[in-house]
Formats: sequence, C-alpha cells, structure tokens
Amino acid sequence: MIYEIFRQERKGQPFHHAGSLEAANHDFAEQYAKEFYGRRGESEALWVVPREAIIEVDEFVDELKRNYHRVDGYSLKEKLRRARERVGSALVARDR
Amino acid sequence: MTEREQSFLEYVQSGGQVEATDWMPDDYRAKLIKFIEMHGNSELMGVLPEREWILRAPTLQRKLALTAKVQDEVGHSQLIYRVVEDLGKPREQCLDDLISGKAKFHNVFHYPTKTWGDVGVIAWLVDAAAIISQKALLKCSYAPYARIMKKICWEESFHILHGRDVVLTLMNGTDAQRELVQEAVDRWWGPLMQFHGNPIAKDEDPMYVWRIKSQGNEEARQQFLDGYVPQIWELGLTVPDADLRKNDDGVWEYTEPDWDELRSVVTGHGPKSQDRLDLRRKARESSAWVRQVVLAEAA
Amino acid sequence: MNESEARSLLEIADDELILGWRDSEWTGIAPLLEEDVAFSSIAQNEIGHARALYELVAGEQGTTADELAFDRAPEEYRCTRLVELRLLDWEKTIARHYLYEQADAARLEQLKQSDDAEIAGLAAKIDREEAYHRMHAQMWFDRLKDEPRFTAALDALRPLLDAGRDEHSPELAELWVEMTMVRRSQPAGTAW
Repeated sequence: MIYEIFRQERKGQPFHHAGSLEAANHDFAEQYAKEFYGRRGESEALWVVPREAIIEVDEFVDELKRNYHRVDGYSLKEKLRRARERVGSALVARDR
Repeated sequence: MTEREQSFLEYVQSGGQVEATDWMPDDYRAKLIKFIEMHGNSELMGVLPEREWILRAPTLQRKLALTAKVQDEVGHSQLIYRVVEDLGKPREQCLDDLISGKAKFHNVFHYPTKTWGDVGVIAWLVDAAAIISQKALLKCSYAPYARIMKKICWEESFHILHGRDVVLTLMNGTDAQRELVQEAVDRWWGPLMQFHGNPIAKDEDPMYVWRIKSQGNEEARQQFLDGYVPQIWELGLTVPDADLRKNDDGVWEYTEPDWDELRSVVTGHGPKSQDRLDLRRKARESSAWVRQVVLAEAA
Repeated sequence: MNESEARSLLEIADDELILGWRDSEWTGIAPLLEEDVAFSSIAQNEIGHARALYELVAGEQGTTADELAFDRAPEEYRCTRLVELRLLDWEKTIARHYLYEQADAARLEQLKQSDDAEIAGLAAKIDREEAYHRMHAQMWFDRLKDEPRFTAALDALRPLLDAGRDEHSPELAELWVEMTMVRRSQPAGTAW
C-alpha cells in the first residue's frame, strides 16, 4: 500500500506534502515515515495517509469570470487618486 | 511532433511544471523514466562500495557518520523509485532491469574502493560532483522529482561535511594518512572527470530540451572544477593531469577524459560492475520471500 | 562506580557495539528499501548506546570510548555469543533482534534502579530509544510468526541467551580483525 506523508516543520506551520512510501500496513507506515522524515529531527509532526484516502480536486469552473473574487477585479488606484485630490482641494479651500 | 506536444514543449521550456497526473508526451515520459531510474539505480549501487567501510570505520563517530550517509543513499533510492513508479514503471521492474544490465548506473559506482582514503575522497569529491548535478535538478520540469531533490540535496550537504572532515583529519595526520588521500585522488580523478558525461551541446541533449536537466554536461564539469580544484590544491594535494589549469577567460582546461572508458564502464564492463550486480542479485533473491510475506497481504 | 558496575556496563556496551556492528551489515542490502533505512537507524542507535556506556566507564578508567570499543583484544570483550553471529538471513536477524530486545529490556529495568544517578539516567535514556526497537521487533514478529523458518530461527537462537560471556565464537575474532584493521594501520593515538 502506498502512503502519502505530510510534514510540519515547526509548530504552528502548515503540513506540507513530503513524499510517499510503500508499507504493508499502518504500523509499518508509521515506523517508516518517522525514519524517512524525522531521523534528523527535521519534523515537528507527520500525517501519514493511505494514498487511496486522498481525494484529488484539480478542476475549477469559472466560466463567467467572477472578478469580484479576485484581486484584479478591483482597480483602486484611480479612485484613490481622485479621493486624495478632493481632500487636497477641500483643505486648500478651508484654509483660504 | 503534434501540436499538443509542441505546446507542451514550449510550456516546459518556459518554466512550466508537470505533475504525475498531467498529460505528457510519450517521449517526455520515456526520457523522464530513463533519467530518473538511472539516478535511483546509482544511489542503490553507490551504497555497495561504501558499505564495506562501515565495518572498518576506525572510530565510533566515523562509523555512525558513514552508516548514516549510506542510509541516506538507500533512502534516496526509495524516494526516486517511488517517483518512477508513479510514472508507470514499478520498483521491481526497475530492479530487474538494473540487475540484468538493461538499465544503467553512474560510472563512479563501478570502481573499487581500496582504502580509508577512498572513503574520504568519495564523500568529498564524488558526492560534490553529484550534488552539482542534483542542484540543477531542483529546476526539473517534472515537479515530483524536483520536490524530492530538495530533500536529497539537504541530506547530501551532511555527506560533504563528513567527507571534508575525514579528509582534513587525514591531511593533518601522519605521512601515511596523507598518502592515503593522494593515492585515492589519483585513482578517482579519471572517473570524476567523466562523471558529468561528454560535452554534448545543451540543445542537442534531449534531457535538456525537455528541461529534465537544466544544465549542460560541460557547465556542470566546469562548476565542479571551479569549486573543488582550489580545495584540492590548497591541501597540498595534486591532480594527475598536468594540463589542468584555469585559463584567462575563467574556463578550466584539462586533458580530454577517456570517453571510451566511460562508455565501456556504464555498459557494465567496469572493474566492479559484475561483482556488484551479482551481490544485488543474490541479496534480492534470498530476500524475495520477505517481500512476498510482507507485501502479499497488502496487495 | 565500582568494579562490578563497570563490568556490567561493559557487558551491555559490548553487546550493543557488536550487535550494532552486525545490524549495520544490512545497510544497503535489506529486503525492502524502507526497512533498510529503518533497520540502519536501529543499528546506529545501538552503536550510540555502546558509545554512551563506554564514555561512562572511560571517564572512570581514564581512557576513551574509542579505546574501549576498538583497542581491547577479542578475548577481553564481554559480549554474548548471540550478538557475535553473522546472520545474513533476514529471519535469523529478526529472530535475534526479537530475543535480544526482550532480554535487554529486563536488563535495562534493573539498571534504571541503580544507586548511581549517572547510570540510572543513561539507562532511562537508552530505554526510551529501545522502546522503538521493541515495537519494530514486535511488528516483524507478528508478520513472520507463521513462517516455519522464523520459528526455527527463534528455537535455534533462544538457548544462546543463557550462554556465558567468557567464551567467544571465532566469528568475534574475525569481526574484530575487520573492525580494527584501519585503526591498527597507524600508531595508537592517531586521529581518524
């Protein structure tokens, strides 16, 4: 059985995919994972998961180009410039 | 080349990354398997010259460091064969092809080790030559392989430290110990110069075209010479090539390596090629029952 | 530390050293790549235990761990014949591993009760690492217990647990020659 190994480098950090290994059962997988991803003290923790338990998702549908969901859907530069200009001319008017 | 293959080629040549489940041209997959498999075979065969010295290490510290180094190399072969398996060629088939001579492993692992001096020189110089290639593989277009190269390069950095430590201790020791190092450098120089392969132009090298390799052979060799010849000379050691020198353009000139020797060695005619493959074959045969018992239930 | 304590420690240290040396013979040729890496760590731990124990004794005797490990004559080692055997069949290696770990656990329990704080402390540390060795041995035992060659190996090796430590097998002498050949090639005290 193939197991995928995810490792956390330091406390608080996300678990990242680190590799895979072949093992007869969960016990062997756990021992081997510890060896491969921890014998130099390089991991805080590991997640050891049978590959078949993983559901891969890699298709995302966005036919109508929903730009409100993305950073490039917002063009603030021009609006900010005009807003600043307005405050600038308001201050000048006030100080006259 | 079909249109789809052409746009794939453009994709990888502009830095695109490929995953195991992506579509890829048959040629790309085949070249990838061949390249990565040879790497895995090399790590596995590289273990054999060094493990003899695990039993003869002269201090407990050296014993531990050397065992850990060899252990890393076995670990690397595991990582690499897993990548090959996910590309479609099972580990057992890779091992079959290795043992039958159908698949190759790097030249340096076909030579004998003779003294403790070899232990130092291998970890210092042979590993250094390998790391130069491995660092270039961090940019491999095939992402699963590039990712394991990170771990491999990190672990290799310990090997170089160990090698340097062994060599420096010997060079600071007795005349006989210094002689061990010089004698080993004299024997390993030829294979080291051949290691990065003949200077085929990058654009004629399919491995580079597909961005499996990101560096040409000669580029790697120059990097090796630039990094390590000064280190060799500063210890008072000599290199058995009277023509070795860095010219005014910063390019290292050297006696043309024996490409016939390289070809002969990697096709299984090296001094230790057959002995080592025999050892692998016997170990594998005598432990086949273990794999059956352990993996059968899971299969 | 008294004479008898030093002798006990050397017994354990020599066992761990020689067993570690034997176990390290599998590095590179174990039945499975994953197991190769795991078993190599066990071998390294054993050598590490031997080193720590030698260091404790060496401190008392004004010598070094390396000198205790390498520079005695084969007859002076205090290891059991069980660890001296060169066992390059996996079922025999695992059988020895299983038997040794059980016997060692009992021995370490005793040592953890020592009046000497240093000895008790080191025994506790070693025991914590040995816990993984015991898990590993049990895992393999569970997997192989129905294999006739494994049960035969257990039966053949079990009697050696009770063998005395004064007589050594010729295999120890052979191992010693190989183990010390590089070290002996230069005068005592040479740095390696």
